[in-house]
Amino acid sequence: MSKRLAEVFARCEAENRSALVGYLTAGDPSVETSEKLMLGLAEHIDIIEIGLPFSDPMADGPVIQAASERALAAGTHFDDVLHIAMRIREKYPNIGIVLMGYANVPYTIGFEAFAQRASAVGVDGVLLVDIPAEESALCADIFKQHDLSQIMLLAPTSTEERIQLAADAGDGFIYYVSLAGITGAEMGEVAKIKDKLSLIRQYSKLPICVGFGVKTTEQAADLASFADGVVVGSYFVSQITSNTNAEDVIVDNLSTSASALASAMYKAI
Amino acid sequence: MIDYDLSIKHAPDEGGHFGEYGGRFAAETLMQPLKEIEDAFFSAWADPSFHEERLDLLKNYVGRATPLYHAKQLTAEVGGAQIYLKREDLNHTGAHKVNNTIGQALLARRMGKKKVIAETGAGQHGVATATVAAMFNMQCDIYMGREDIRRQAPNVFRMKLLGANVIPVDSGNATLKDAVNEALRVWVASCEDTYYIFGTAAGPHPFPLMVRQFHTVIGQEARKQCLEQAGRLPDVAVACVGGGSNAMGLLHPMWDDEEVRLVAVEAGGHGLNSGEHAASLAKGKPGIIHGSLSYVLADNEGQISADAHSISAGLDYPGVGPELAFMMKQGRLDLDSATDDEALEAFQILTKAEGIIPALESSHALAAGMRIAATMEQDQVVLINLSGRGDKDLGTVMDLLGFDDEGKS
Repeated sequence: MSKRLAEVFARCEAENRSALVGYLTAGDPSVETSEKLMLGLAEHIDIIEIGLPFSDPMADGPVIQAASERALAAGTHFDDVLHIAMRIREKYPNIGIVLMGYANVPYTIGFEAFAQRASAVGVDGVLLVDIPAEESALCADIFKQHDLSQIMLLAPTSTEERIQLAADAGDGFIYYVSLAGITGAEMGEVAKIKDKLSLIRQYSKLPICVGFGVKTTEQAADLASFADGVVVGSYFVSQITSNTNAEDVIVDNLSTSASALASAMYKAI
Repeated sequence: MIDYDLSIKHAPDEGGHFGEYGGRFAAETLMQPLKEIEDAFFSAWADPSFHEERLDLLKNYVGRATPLYHAKQLTAEVGGAQIYLKREDLNHTGAHKVNNTIGQALLARRMGKKKVIAETGAGQHGVATATVAAMFNMQCDIYMGREDIRRQAPNVFRMKLLGANVIPVDSGNATLKDAVNEALRVWVASCEDTYYIFGTAAGPHPFPLMVRQFHTVIGQEARKQCLEQAGRLPDVAVACVGGGSNAMGLLHPMWDDEEVRLVAVEAGGHGLNSGEHAASLAKGKPGIIHGSLSYVLADNEGQISADAHSISAGLDYPGVGPELAFMMKQGRLDLDSATDDEALEAFQILTKAEGIIPALESSHALAAGMRIAATMEQDQVVLINLSGRGDKDLGTVMDLLGFDDEGKS
């Protein structure tokens, strides 16, 4: 496993809290602004998921679809994504950095070149939404060679057989999708999420982060009571949507909401 | 009615790979629902009562077997090989698409699903889905790009009459690929009670295999009819390719007939070097879109082309079924293409020569098929899949050719 991701979860555990994982799409609304927003957000979170913009984000709801469209319209390329990752790494040596996106981008760039360059700027892990365990042979060895954790998703529809597959193929942490749906939908029922996490823990010792639909400090606190991490994506991205021009305002809003979420995630003793 | 061969030939591996292509590149949430469809498909395919019902519907509801027509006037005009047309345009709903929707609707019913969804480009798959949904009394939502809704108004109205909801898709460039994205998003959240009737031989396993199997009636009939009428197999079999459903249907049953040259005709749009075409196999490269690894039109960083273009909404797709990529790589499939202008010309030639108005999709196969036939001898045979009829395209063609109120074009 990426040493840095392991350290992030160990640190959070020592501090008796869950890790806050934040997502923004790289290049949204422009490369320059996106860098500032990510650097601002990174100060308050433990792991940053940098979204690779893609023309056809099949698993994303309207908020992240629009973010991808804005990023591509602004001319965002893989070089820009790497530059943002590098700047985050320079400023925050201990944060976890994960690239998240769809298979066709690294496949077309070439998994070797993609992994080599990502690793060189300090990326710790890669999450490709449309590469399930069955297809991960395409890139698994390459990611390992470059010390990149391949993060696997699990969902409410995952059977025990599939949990085993993801446990074997995955590394870094497991991303549990709180509901059968797309990003930005309403969060799934807490009791059901908790049950599924207990089941997953029978198969894997990896930390488990829960995402999809998390917007409020109450939700974050609920999940933090049993999950190792909580992922917030569409809620952060939606702050860009509603403030397209005011860069400083967005940074302030992201900082405020991220620190509120983070402080809600200490576990009761 | 012929005795169809119900064996599964040239099957993919367990994960749905045809060589290096295909597979199941789907979000985790869909992996189990896809496995359930796969299991249901294999269990149905092994069940004689499934085929009994399916083939009865294909015969008495769809009107199969469709004729193979020796187009003598067209042959005379082209001057070369004998041209035979497989008349999929005579199917109920006017295209080959219904072969697949009957099969998948039966599967949905076996799985206890009450609702079906589908994507559509030209509207033919949407109409074929809405039709079977009406017959099976299932709720039906059709996702269609807003741009395609504008281009294909008669089919939209047809779907609505059949009781389907037609849901406009505005994301991306509001055409077929975006409709697929949207249908996948909706399905992720509703797979418990909803079946996704995928319309072409692409997508994640088992769709490429399943759609191909439901369409092989086309090639099995054509093969037998050609032997009866021409006394031999065709020298060349020709089909247009968007995603590849009619092409796999016609060509796959002739895979093992080594003497038959198999030709897939892609949409050349404004020309293969114009950047505005939908020739994924000829001009694309390997990539992963909509759940499988195949050939796609994409830039150097994997962004799917927004410039995929064809005069025909049904071919206007930047991807292609994985088995076609595999057949091409195996050297078993020859590629050809027809531009918008060539398709429009073929549309008019067939209409005037034979009194048959073809779909613009099928007009691409005709254009290439006629071009090939012209270079061949009179005792040779070219078999062209006339995958659909052209009624839906009359508006487009009228705009392009002009039409005055005295009825002269």
